[in-house]
Amino acid sequence: MTPNPSDAGPDPLIVEGRAFASRLIVGTGKYRSNAEMTSAIRASGAEMVTVAVRRVDLTRNREDDVLNHLDPSEYFLLPNTAGCFTADDALRYARLGRAAGMSDWVKLEVIGDSRTLLPDVAATLDAARRLVQEGFKVLAYTNDDLVTALRLEDAGCVAVMPLASPIGSGLGVVNPYYVREIKRRLTVPVVVDAGVGTASDACVAMEQGVDGVLMNTAIAAARDPARMGTAMKEAVRAGRRAFLAGRMPVREIAVPSSPGEGMLDGDATSPTE
Amino acid sequence: MANVSVVLNGEPRSVPLGYSFAQLLKSLDLKPGTVVVERNRQILARNTLDAVDVEEGDAIEIVHFVGGG
Repeated sequence: MTPNPSDAGPDPLIVEGRAFASRLIVGTGKYRSNAEMTSAIRASGAEMVTVAVRRVDLTRNREDDVLNHLDPSEYFLLPNTAGCFTADDALRYARLGRAAGMSDWVKLEVIGDSRTLLPDVAATLDAARRLVQEGFKVLAYTNDDLVTALRLEDAGCVAVMPLASPIGSGLGVVNPYYVREIKRRLTVPVVVDAGVGTASDACVAMEQGVDGVLMNTAIAAARDPARMGTAMKEAVRAGRRAFLAGRMPVREIAVPSSPGEGMLDGDATSPTE
Repeated sequence: MANVSVVLNGEPRSVPLGYSFAQLLKSLDLKPGTVVVERNRQILARNTLDAVDVEEGDAIEIVHFVGGG
């Protein structure tokens, strides 16, 4: 982990004064094995990883404790409120996550619809305000809706995380314009969270100018998660560089790349002196 | 030995009378540093687990971090 910007490379992701060398944030769910998870996360280069708060299974082994597999001194663990459908539940999970003692950061997620897992933005906003009051650093998962994003920033969230498309869908960035506009209008970091399916999606997300990308299933459900972790690392970097480089304008007509002058057998239109 | 009845992670359980939460965790082979205990919707700070006894009717949740996105 990189505690200050000078250690985090030339273009860090900075959230609430904390610098991360990688603009890729990854989830830890849905891996086929813990070994596959650790190798994929290492390959992705991510420093911030999300975790969920769940009951300890008292009847079976404790292999599902993610801390057995990820060293908290190596990764910044971001507890989420995944699975919560009300602001009250989200607060309960956030407090449990904080009590585990890693930090007072939380990825706030309040779901409003079980088929699409789209966020309940009213409940998210309510929960965000209450969590900020309690001193939490809130990174809020939200829809690709500008007005909600602005309200979440006003509520004191340290990052706003609009979806690319529904969680686990792999549909990629369905509304690049909305993502761009959210980034243009907010001051706090904007992280595209959910919906990325493959490397080109991560690249497209970063090309919109956002500060980072958060993904889980795209890596965990790949046939070879470690290889996909590497692909995502490279795609996020490529997309970021392309954004910083400033892309050429789109034209709906061809413009030749090679000079028209100097073609053979033509008339010499401007004879040299 | 007398017991108290509690609900632990959704399951009815008997716990010896006078058990502290620290003893309860030990009996479950859990380390206090890896879990969080919630008792009747109130989180028990780790440094109080020794001092607080399990009581009749307690609704106890013991949670930890698992993989998630």
